[in-house]
Amino acid sequence: MNGEPQPHTVDRRRFLQWSLLTAGGLMLGFVPRVGADSTGEVKRPSPDQRPGDFEPNAFIRIAPNGRITLFSARPEIGQGIKTSLPMIIAEELGADWRDVDVVSAPLDPVYGEQGAGGSTSTPHAWLPLRQVGATARVMLVSAAAQEWAVPPSECRTNASTVVHRPTGKTLSFASLVSAAALLPIPAPADVPLKDPREFTLLGSRIAGVDNPQIVTGKPLFGIDRQLPGLVHAMYVKAPVFGSRVVRANTDVLKALPGVRDAFIINQTIGGLTGLVPGVAIVADSTWSAWSARNHLQVEWESNPHAQDNWSGFVSAAKNAEASGKPHVVRNDGDVDAACAAAAKVVTAEYSYPFISHANLEPQNCTVTVRGDSAEIWAPIQDPHKGRTVAARVLGIFPERIVFHITRSGGGFGRRLDADYVAEAAAIAQKVGTPVKLTWTRTDDLQHDHYRPGGFHFLRGAVDREGKLVAWRGHQVWFGDGGMSLDAFPARFVPHCRMEMTKLDNGVPMGPWRAPGACVFGFVIGSFLDELAHAAGRDPLGFALDVLGDRDMVPGTGGREAYNAGRMRQVIHTVAQMASWGRPLPRGQGLGLGFYFSHQGYVAEIAQVAVSKTGELAIEDVWAAVDVGSPIVNLSGAENQVQGAITDGLSASWLQELDIQGGAIVQSNFHEYPLLRMPQAPRRIQIEFIQSAHPPTGLGEPALPPLAAAVANGVFAATGTRIRRLPFARTDLRWS
Amino acid sequence: MKYTLQINGQAHDVDVSGDTPLLWVLRDSLGLVGTKFGCGIGQCGACTIHLDGQPTRACLTPVAAVGRMNVTTIEGLAASDGRLHPVQQVWCDLDVPQCGYCQAGQIMSAVALLRSKPTPNDQEIDDAMAGNLCRCATYYRIRAAIKQASAPAVSNGGRS
Repeated sequence: MNGEPQPHTVDRRRFLQWSLLTAGGLMLGFVPRVGADSTGEVKRPSPDQRPGDFEPNAFIRIAPNGRITLFSARPEIGQGIKTSLPMIIAEELGADWRDVDVVSAPLDPVYGEQGAGGSTSTPHAWLPLRQVGATARVMLVSAAAQEWAVPPSECRTNASTVVHRPTGKTLSFASLVSAAALLPIPAPADVPLKDPREFTLLGSRIAGVDNPQIVTGKPLFGIDRQLPGLVHAMYVKAPVFGSRVVRANTDVLKALPGVRDAFIINQTIGGLTGLVPGVAIVADSTWSAWSARNHLQVEWESNPHAQDNWSGFVSAAKNAEASGKPHVVRNDGDVDAACAAAAKVVTAEYSYPFISHANLEPQNCTVTVRGDSAEIWAPIQDPHKGRTVAARVLGIFPERIVFHITRSGGGFGRRLDADYVAEAAAIAQKVGTPVKLTWTRTDDLQHDHYRPGGFHFLRGAVDREGKLVAWRGHQVWFGDGGMSLDAFPARFVPHCRMEMTKLDNGVPMGPWRAPGACVFGFVIGSFLDELAHAAGRDPLGFALDVLGDRDMVPGTGGREAYNAGRMRQVIHTVAQMASWGRPLPRGQGLGLGFYFSHQGYVAEIAQVAVSKTGELAIEDVWAAVDVGSPIVNLSGAENQVQGAITDGLSASWLQELDIQGGAIVQSNFHEYPLLRMPQAPRRIQIEFIQSAHPPTGLGEPALPPLAAAVANGVFAATGTRIRRLPFARTDLRWS
Repeated sequence: MKYTLQINGQAHDVDVSGDTPLLWVLRDSLGLVGTKFGCGIGQCGACTIHLDGQPTRACLTPVAAVGRMNVTTIEGLAASDGRLHPVQQVWCDLDVPQCGYCQAGQIMSAVALLRSKPTPNDQEIDDAMAGNLCRCATYYRIRAAIKQASAPAVSNGGRS
């Protein structure tokens, strides 16, 4: 964002008109926060009013030279929305993409929701951003129609011009700027939207707008922020989460070269995922601060979770299954009677460990505090939370904080929390000069908000015709919530009982890309495969059979419906793509995974090869994806699916954290391996089913099916059933 | 200690302790923030730069060890008129990045690979790039981009 122009100050009239849009049931985001933040007056960090521009709303500015600036309001974390969401505006506007500059907007109530998470940005912004673009189009068309004295209905826009259809006359947007700026702004609900059949930009391949800056190393990320007089900070927290500081040798630290200050923070805000106690070290450079840490001696208060071990959790889970009293969340029919009468009954235990988000850009934040105001730069997914938390730490009004949303070096859910913002704010307030807090990799790995581990105890039964008749699952885990009582195959099997046990622990947890689904997809998809083989049936045909012949299957008690028709279609499609059913030599196999999450229906088939010595290779992955239509940016969409597949492989094959003495054991990538290029799938083929549903997000839904596809492929190849993540924990040798 | 470093064809004077990694001299002292911190132990490759043309992890290179060697960072890859290096160009053309944080290091490794092996095969690409992590897992497109950049017509036009 360095050097980017700032959005205009929006005058009160325009702001009120804009508020009508957001207040009229067309919220831009998933949590309506507009009113909470609004002081009724919009203040901008550095207003650069240019009276000659046409600025019909906060997202669009057209200059008299024809350059079109589109403001990107939501965080870019690698999911591509800094490119794809402005494309939606440009499509409705009729802009030539080559005339468009995209600029990141700071946090501002005029933009409504500015968070990014849960693959919600596209579905929530789809209609409002179309209206944003269409509003400007209507005004430009009106200006041209007045100039020509023709009815506006005879005009359309194309390639940054207004075209009079009957005569073919054209006027460029540039030439209409001053006239359009004088026109009344129509209500968003009243502007006609384009017929999707006329879309020309949407569905094409547009490269990321920041690519030229990325490949030349320009300062885009939070960690790249530089300011005059900036000092550098690190923050050392207790290995056992949340422990208070009893004492620390801050006087020794302060005498070290380059160190400006060192002090204890015992203030806490927001539990284990907020501000927790620690020791701050502030220095002239990052390296000086980090070097000083080697001399830190600190005594932490004792912590009741200091005895927690992963092996203890494993035992506790087994006890919960053997003799616990699980909470029954669903109980359809009679599972026990159905199992007693069934042809085949299968029981199995599945498990997965805690893992980290491991954003390659470690958590960081830059803060300047000036009296009762502040300015903050952060790579963050939920800037609303960032500002709220910082305001609490600083004891100032949130409206007094200018909050810059930088590009994020990865999100994956980690940056929905704002602990690092709170830490930087607390340090900056004490120091009184601009401060950049940068976590080390070890800080990041050992103070993440982890994807919880978990255990599933399963029993399923098939009848004499090979049909699934009963399913019982007992989930033992740590988080709140857990598997929905509607989790597949609930609602699709007559006898279904789902049980839950929650274990206590002291580890901070948070959403990890496709929360829940990222592991449930493995458990459910693998166990279905086990049942298919027990029934002596083809797993793909078995899955289609379970899905039945209904299309919409309603949710229980108003929960989300499941469109089995869309799922059957992606399964049929992927089967065709992969030539499912073809014979392969022993040591090679095809596996199917399918999962519905974040409004997306995805089926994947992996072709794996396992050597006799147990080495696994992923040759091919085919994916059929239904996230509605249109696909906003085909290049970005394919990139998300390719990345989700490979990230899903990385997590399920390799990643695992151990907990001993209440702390995370692993300290860096040598102990916590991520997938590297030689392990990546050789080929990935993707097909989008462009179904007649509005477009939904793609950051997440292509990840959950992958683990089951690979594990089921391994079974097909070797007969070894993987029931534990990561795959690397299972001996895959065969002879 | 005072050091004079040759970076992207220009001399830079810095005054830092000799054990300071080149990475932090680039980022904090000189404001060349294109070279990224990822792990600090040479595991992720985000800080890859060239020392006399050899791909090197700046996080493990003390400034005192640089001496008179020529340092090339991602900021020094494009031509002085702003024309992108062919590898940078193909990264844009194939829309490789997702978050983009690791890509400077990926590009520096790819440029070094193509200089030593102008038309690498799949195995050589995998081997040369195995030290660079991409958390978004854009490996599929990185491979394709290196393949495309290795086409003879393109690699002949490469500099650095």
